[in-house]
Amino acid sequence: MSGSRDKAADASSVHWPARPRYLGWIESGVALALFACALVTVLTTLGILIVLGAQSIAFFQTAGISPLAFLFGNSLKPDAKPPLFGILPLIWGTGMVAVGSSLVALPIGLLSAIYLSEYAPRQARSILKPMLELLAGVPTIVYGYLALLLVTPALRRMLEPMGLRVETFNALAACVVVGIMIIPLVSSLSEDVLSSVPRGLREAAYGLGATKFEVSTRVVLPAALSGVLASFILAISRAVGETMAVVLAAGMRPQITLNPLTSIETMTTYIVQVVSGEASYGTPKYLSLFAVGLSLFAATMVLNIISGLVLRRFREAYQ
Amino acid sequence: MSTPVDPGQRHPAAQPPELDPVVLSALGLSVWYGQTQALRDITIAIPRNKITALIGPSGCGKSTLLRCFNRMNDLIQGARMGGEIRFDGDVISGDIDAVVLRRRIGMVFQKPNPFPKNIYNNVAWGARINGYRGDMDELVERSLRRAALWDEVKNKLHRPGLDLSGGQQQRLCIARTLAVEPEVILMDEPCSALDPISTARVEDLMDDLKNDYTIVIVTHNMQQARRVSDLTACLMLDDAGQDGHRTGILAEFSPTDILFTNPKDPRTEAYITGRIG
Amino acid sequence: MTSAESRFHPDRAARRLVGPIFGAACLAATCTGVLALVILLGAIVAAALQGPPHNPWYALGPNLRELAGLVQKLALGVQSSNPARAGYRVGLAGSLWLLGLVAVVGIPIGVGAGVFLEEYAPPGRLRRIVQTNIANLAGVPSIVYGILGLALFVRAFGVKAVALGPTLLAGVLTLSLLILPIVVITTQEALRAVPRSLRQAALALGATRWQMIRDHVLPSALPGIMTGTILGLSRAIGETAPLLMVGAAGSLLQAPKGPLDRYSALPVEIYNYAKEPDTRFQMVAAGGILILVALLLTMNAAAIVIRNRFRRYD
Repeated sequence: MSGSRDKAADASSVHWPARPRYLGWIESGVALALFACALVTVLTTLGILIVLGAQSIAFFQTAGISPLAFLFGNSLKPDAKPPLFGILPLIWGTGMVAVGSSLVALPIGLLSAIYLSEYAPRQARSILKPMLELLAGVPTIVYGYLALLLVTPALRRMLEPMGLRVETFNALAACVVVGIMIIPLVSSLSEDVLSSVPRGLREAAYGLGATKFEVSTRVVLPAALSGVLASFILAISRAVGETMAVVLAAGMRPQITLNPLTSIETMTTYIVQVVSGEASYGTPKYLSLFAVGLSLFAATMVLNIISGLVLRRFREAYQ
Repeated sequence: MSTPVDPGQRHPAAQPPELDPVVLSALGLSVWYGQTQALRDITIAIPRNKITALIGPSGCGKSTLLRCFNRMNDLIQGARMGGEIRFDGDVISGDIDAVVLRRRIGMVFQKPNPFPKNIYNNVAWGARINGYRGDMDELVERSLRRAALWDEVKNKLHRPGLDLSGGQQQRLCIARTLAVEPEVILMDEPCSALDPISTARVEDLMDDLKNDYTIVIVTHNMQQARRVSDLTACLMLDDAGQDGHRTGILAEFSPTDILFTNPKDPRTEAYITGRIG
Repeated sequence: MTSAESRFHPDRAARRLVGPIFGAACLAATCTGVLALVILLGAIVAAALQGPPHNPWYALGPNLRELAGLVQKLALGVQSSNPARAGYRVGLAGSLWLLGLVAVVGIPIGVGAGVFLEEYAPPGRLRRIVQTNIANLAGVPSIVYGILGLALFVRAFGVKAVALGPTLLAGVLTLSLLILPIVVITTQEALRAVPRSLRQAALALGATRWQMIRDHVLPSALPGIMTGTILGLSRAIGETAPLLMVGAAGSLLQAPKGPLDRYSALPVEIYNYAKEPDTRFQMVAAGGILILVALLLTMNAAAIVIRNRFRRYD
């Protein structure tokens, strides 16, 4: 074959030199460099798994604690002697923030999505949608600050006359600000799935004499249900992984309580607490942050994967 | 020039119509896309400095055949080729550098697709990446003149190519192809997106170009094939196999006037008289 | 009266009533988000103005000069335990360093990975796995990236010789990994929008794959890639948690001079002021947030504008 290749090159006239060899090198060099870039994404995942896995094992060995006792122990006192590492309070706190913020964000986000995809006139949409996207660009530290500055004082003013004590750091404020934070996530993802419901379906319903409300809630929403659900799960996953807003709003007291007006601690806040504290390298307390990180990673990953699977089912139905 | 292949022995439909030197030839060419076969056992010899038209019903593999000649099918995932294609006597269906080949076998597409660059750079880019050693301004002017576009654009060479009308864009694409000085120009329904006046201009241009180039054109328009081509190959779909899929085959390859006035193959006759379409 | 009419009993009044109510509820919900944005900015401006002369924040006109003065003072001052003199100079410098270095390190890797996956990687099982992996990485909480950076870059698993310590470089590498999925995904979307006809035209002239990508595909995809780049960078400078993990210092009086210096970042300093019990620091924190939010909103707005303009052309 090389004979014909050379011949093809030979046939070039004075104006058309044979393809210089370095062009081939550039070609494969670029491909290799780009491949290396893509490899970084894979290595990142491996890095996360290895770091969390290896350090967690080290933690379980040095602390002499079983993973089950770690996950289901209801007392977290890393500074006590001997230290206690039961992260049930952290899981409880994380769950509380996830549930509370969902109560705020899911209905508001979903209604916004319905408005944007079904009701909004073009112009309103072209203004409102970028506004919601801007909201998503506000850094989380700002939400945390907002909880301290606005939400908690507002809660105090409302609830303390009724005889309820609101702590400076409390779960409710965290739920409110994290909820506001994830509204854009719910609304923009849900809006995407709602608007990808085929138009024919809407027209069929209108053709039968349905009102806009009936079309939105009984035709479009059920058709897009799995996609909307996927956006909900993704938003909850975001709430679970949220750090700074919760650190500033909810404080750092690990406890299992149903009272949202007291301070709690989530998995993410615990990690920040350990790092900001004095724990030195290799001690059980230091290593515990990796074990908590692994639990957090696993929780968000499960949520993300479920969301991805649900979304894929939606796409299979409509695309 | 190496000896032209004589495919006529193998396939009755592909009598070499005249004794012109053959520049491109396919010998028992078959193409598969994944599991489905698109072309079966095509044998055809395309003579130099002639316009050869490929006609046939939709889906019969005209464009596929055309894209085998400059290996554009390589870009489609799962496309495989069997048989042999020769260009100037060299086998080009095997392991060759398709990039080098494509400079020598140019292509004009169905929809005008100028680059989102100015007119000058549209023409110069191909020459530049192929390492052209001559005077670039001169090459651009010559190519645009050759494509009968120079007078319309000489004062706006630095305007975007996309600002031109559809017909001008297609002639710009032809100029772009001419600028790399190919020996063969493949045209894939080059006029199907153009109005009748622009079509006429492109057809005139093709007639003018055939003195220097070999042109292979795929067309849906039988009048166009009659007007412009010297030779016409009519492709057909065979009868459905057991999987219900139909494969393209070459029904007849003759000089255009013979094919249209006195077709030998009944399927060709049915197609050109409008009974298959 | 026909029989059909007697058999259908649409409750027209109820249906007519419930429709607009629902529509209004949806509109109200949408406005909640927008309202939140307005309250947020208003509250922060108000808090920033809680300085000595207590003007109401909505009388912004007369206060504007004061606000500008405050922001200027905060941008120039360094970290201090005295709220009247505290400022963000070191954090601001650190954030700009991070911005520049992440743009140099993280963005090319992300764009390169996107180009590889879209233009080079053969479709198949492996590519699907890598693609799923990137989608999952996008959902990993930022603090997990912080943990990765802590173990990998800052401590290097306890191997002192290669450990970077809490240096600027460690922060840059961590943030670069953090923004990778955003940049890869937006790059891929932009490349996918480049029409096939353009690629074919280039290849038919005898271009190699890289010549085609360099001269035609990348320029056409540039607006989309820019959007991804800006979104990625704005994410990087807004992040606090991963920087806390990799040791961005809370109190530092010197701006970094090179990648191996210790550093602070604007959001980290804001966090430090915000958690102070002394309420006078709240004003300082609010001023810092104003600087940060102004920076980020400008960047995000630019990204949204570029993207919308880009959409109009295809």
